[in-house]
Amino acid sequence: MTITQRTLGSTLLKVDNISLAFGGVKALTDISFEVKEHEILAIIGPNGAGKSSMLNVINGVYHPNNGSVTYKGVQRKQMRPHEAASQGIARTFQNIALFKGMSVLDNIMTGRTLKMKAGFLSQCLYFGRARDEEIEHRLKVEEIIDFLQIQSIRKTPVGRLPYGLQKRVELGRALAAEPELLLLDEPMAGMNIEEKEDMSRFVLDVNDEFGTTIVLIEHDMGVVMDLSDRVVVLDYGKKIGDGTPDEIRNNQEVIDAYLGVSH
Amino acid sequence: MSEVSIPRSREDTLPALLFKNAEVRGKKTAIREKDLGIWQSWTWSQVSTEVAYLACGLAAKGFSRGNNLAIIGDNRPRLYWSFAASQTLGGIPVPLYQDAIAEEMIYVFNDAEIEFAIVEDQEQVDKLLEIMPRCNKLKHIVYDDTRGMRHYDNPALISYDELRQLGQQYLAEHADFLSRELDQCRPDDISVILYTSGTTSKPKGVCLSHKACIDVASGDMSFDGYKDDGEILSYLPMAWVGDHLFSYAQSIVAGFTVNCPESSETVMIDMKEIAPTYYFAPPRVFENLLTTVTIRMEDASNLKKWLYRTFMAVARRSGSEIMDGKRAPILDRVLYAIGNLFVFAPLRNNLGMSRIQCAYTGGAAIGPDLYRFYRSIGINLKQLYGQTETLAYVCKQPNGEARLDTVGSPMPGVDIKVADKGEILVKSPGLLKEYYKNPEATQESLTEDGYFRTGDAGFVDQDGHLKIIDRAKDVGALTDGTMFAPQFLENKLKFFPFIKEAVCFGDKRDNVTAFINIEMEAVGNWAERQGLGYSGYVDLASKAEVYDLLAECIEQVNADLAEEDSLAGSQIKRFLILHKELDADDDELTRTRKVRRGFVAEKYGVLINALYDGSDDCFIETQVKFEDGRTGNIAATLAIRDLKTVAAPSALAA
Repeated sequence: MTITQRTLGSTLLKVDNISLAFGGVKALTDISFEVKEHEILAIIGPNGAGKSSMLNVINGVYHPNNGSVTYKGVQRKQMRPHEAASQGIARTFQNIALFKGMSVLDNIMTGRTLKMKAGFLSQCLYFGRARDEEIEHRLKVEEIIDFLQIQSIRKTPVGRLPYGLQKRVELGRALAAEPELLLLDEPMAGMNIEEKEDMSRFVLDVNDEFGTTIVLIEHDMGVVMDLSDRVVVLDYGKKIGDGTPDEIRNNQEVIDAYLGVSH
Repeated sequence: MSEVSIPRSREDTLPALLFKNAEVRGKKTAIREKDLGIWQSWTWSQVSTEVAYLACGLAAKGFSRGNNLAIIGDNRPRLYWSFAASQTLGGIPVPLYQDAIAEEMIYVFNDAEIEFAIVEDQEQVDKLLEIMPRCNKLKHIVYDDTRGMRHYDNPALISYDELRQLGQQYLAEHADFLSRELDQCRPDDISVILYTSGTTSKPKGVCLSHKACIDVASGDMSFDGYKDDGEILSYLPMAWVGDHLFSYAQSIVAGFTVNCPESSETVMIDMKEIAPTYYFAPPRVFENLLTTVTIRMEDASNLKKWLYRTFMAVARRSGSEIMDGKRAPILDRVLYAIGNLFVFAPLRNNLGMSRIQCAYTGGAAIGPDLYRFYRSIGINLKQLYGQTETLAYVCKQPNGEARLDTVGSPMPGVDIKVADKGEILVKSPGLLKEYYKNPEATQESLTEDGYFRTGDAGFVDQDGHLKIIDRAKDVGALTDGTMFAPQFLENKLKFFPFIKEAVCFGDKRDNVTAFINIEMEAVGNWAERQGLGYSGYVDLASKAEVYDLLAECIEQVNADLAEEDSLAGSQIKRFLILHKELDADDDELTRTRKVRRGFVAEKYGVLINALYDGSDDCFIETQVKFEDGRTGNIAATLAIRDLKTVAAPSALAA
């Protein structure tokens, strides 16, 4: 896979000294790193290292005990998930959190919720402003469906789709919010090689075509090394590495904790 | 968008007729494309404007009389307009199969001396950029879909939108340019070059004239009653003669609407939305549809299964007769009417065939059960016969005369003769003008009195219908003199849903043997119902249970063959299941999915030897070509099975 040269912008997201504990369990200890605009950052580490927790902190689901998150130059401590969303952060989930009974189209449409301005009553009665908006949203959703090549399953209830396609739909829903920062929690989990290549291509295309900054958690080292600009390594809640894929590949501490050596 | 009209002095070429449509039926929808979930449409006057702009754009870039234009992609309005645009300028469109690999394209691009190409998307652009160093004449690549094209900076590339804009300007500055160009087109001029991928040799460019296209389209129009309120679905490759005839020539001459589906995966969904009035599909597609229906019926509730079984029995008995207006028992008529309400009409609706006035199939033989199924539920399925060199205009079955085992009676204007060795010779209004830059091939293919040598063996029966036996050169004989017509046997085998492809051997041998390709969906479904696990195609194809299943099918064929003395000797004695599907990318099939017999026999020679020397299994390693041109190897040990044969009636009587 070739990665076209991107020019990276200024810092979009900065986390400083984040600590998060659930009772006696220290999920995150003093984590700091930053993400530049248009960058693809991968967070890797063994299971239980705190990667999903980190994403949840960025997203506003968890509130850190210590430390701060600075997004677009504005420092914030406590934030609700929907506030994070309206600021342009979207995410996918490790175990897929789609509405299984709804069609693909409707699921992706829900990603447009925060952009729907028309009032409740007007949407119920579907006239005037609500109607025009609906058409506009539908157009955006169809563009995403076209981008992800899922036209043939547009009307299928999501619960009936194979796992790989469900993950693609979830990506679609995240894209529907037109995010500036996209958080992907193990987007390749459970996929075979072909599906991984497809998903990788989509991730790269999103970054290339829309300029979206991407933070992804991933276990497949091949994917991580090929896609990301920089890698942050967590182990037992602590950061043990932060650098380009090549630097990380050769970092002894990371090798000991996670990567291992080939025999 | 202001409508453009092109004054012209003659109306006997395809582009002239297209511009005429803009005046005669300007407000009627000419073509639709499903894009972003919605059917976008263009009227004939809008189409004529688009064609005018495109033609002028090409002219602005230097396309001139005598140039050939390569067109590559899925069925898209803009690509169809490219045909008309190039014809308007006195150039010739040369469509290629969208799944053609680099080698095939290089041959055509050099043979046709292509300077200009209009393609659909990034995939095709990448292929062209790859072959450009070996195709010196290629200077301009026009692409329609801009997705993924942002970082491409090759000077040969230009987007369709840019070209269209250039054309709009050019037209404004040269008002009567198109009229002058159009008036120079003659009906005898070549209107299209369709390269046929021969089963034995390099592709040949079949040159067809405007007159041929128009005459054939008119002939079809009067035979089938096409009118301008018809709808068809364009989903077959534009490089194939059938699609050129239906979606281009007929659509221009009759004025009906062409509908382009969103993508190849959505064809069945789109067909349901459009409900075409005329439909063509190769037998394979009808087979797949029936398989899908059968599989889904097996999962249905008991009530639905009972309804289906009961009323399908009625349909099998009398459905075809009722549709043809022939005699049928009164009780059956009543039951059929009820069945229509509960089963047949919903089924037709689900298949997208509610409004079909006539559906055609051809290009390969169709199974008896398949044929009867569609006719019995009220779909007027008929067969036709023709080839690229005759613009698919030789024989068709008239309404009421749809029989399983013939391909129809000669169309108006067609004359058929049978040569001594049984080869069918044809004179047709759709006859090719020549093979492009290949006078020897042209001479070889025609007899002295201008009849085309079809290469098919057959005869005309007492009802005046043509019956095809096999490719003339493939008809051979076993050592005991029994006629060996491989396609005849293979067709019988392929009628089973479990068998996707079959290749039979037996010429100059003692007995007949066969290679089989399993039909993944049907066999996979069967395996799952048996509780048989499998990990993919190769694994499934090697299972003993699958061999048992296929042996049963082939033995049925043997029993069938045993009923006639002349065929009893060609029963199949041994077979094996191939570990990989025969594929056009590996040159084993043509792009229209006909088996390249000679090539396959050579490539799998070791397997054929094993079949005839009594081995129980055979190891084989084959090279495969992936879609991006890389090659790889697949190896497997294939089991070989013996089959039971039945004694011939004369042997039994003795």
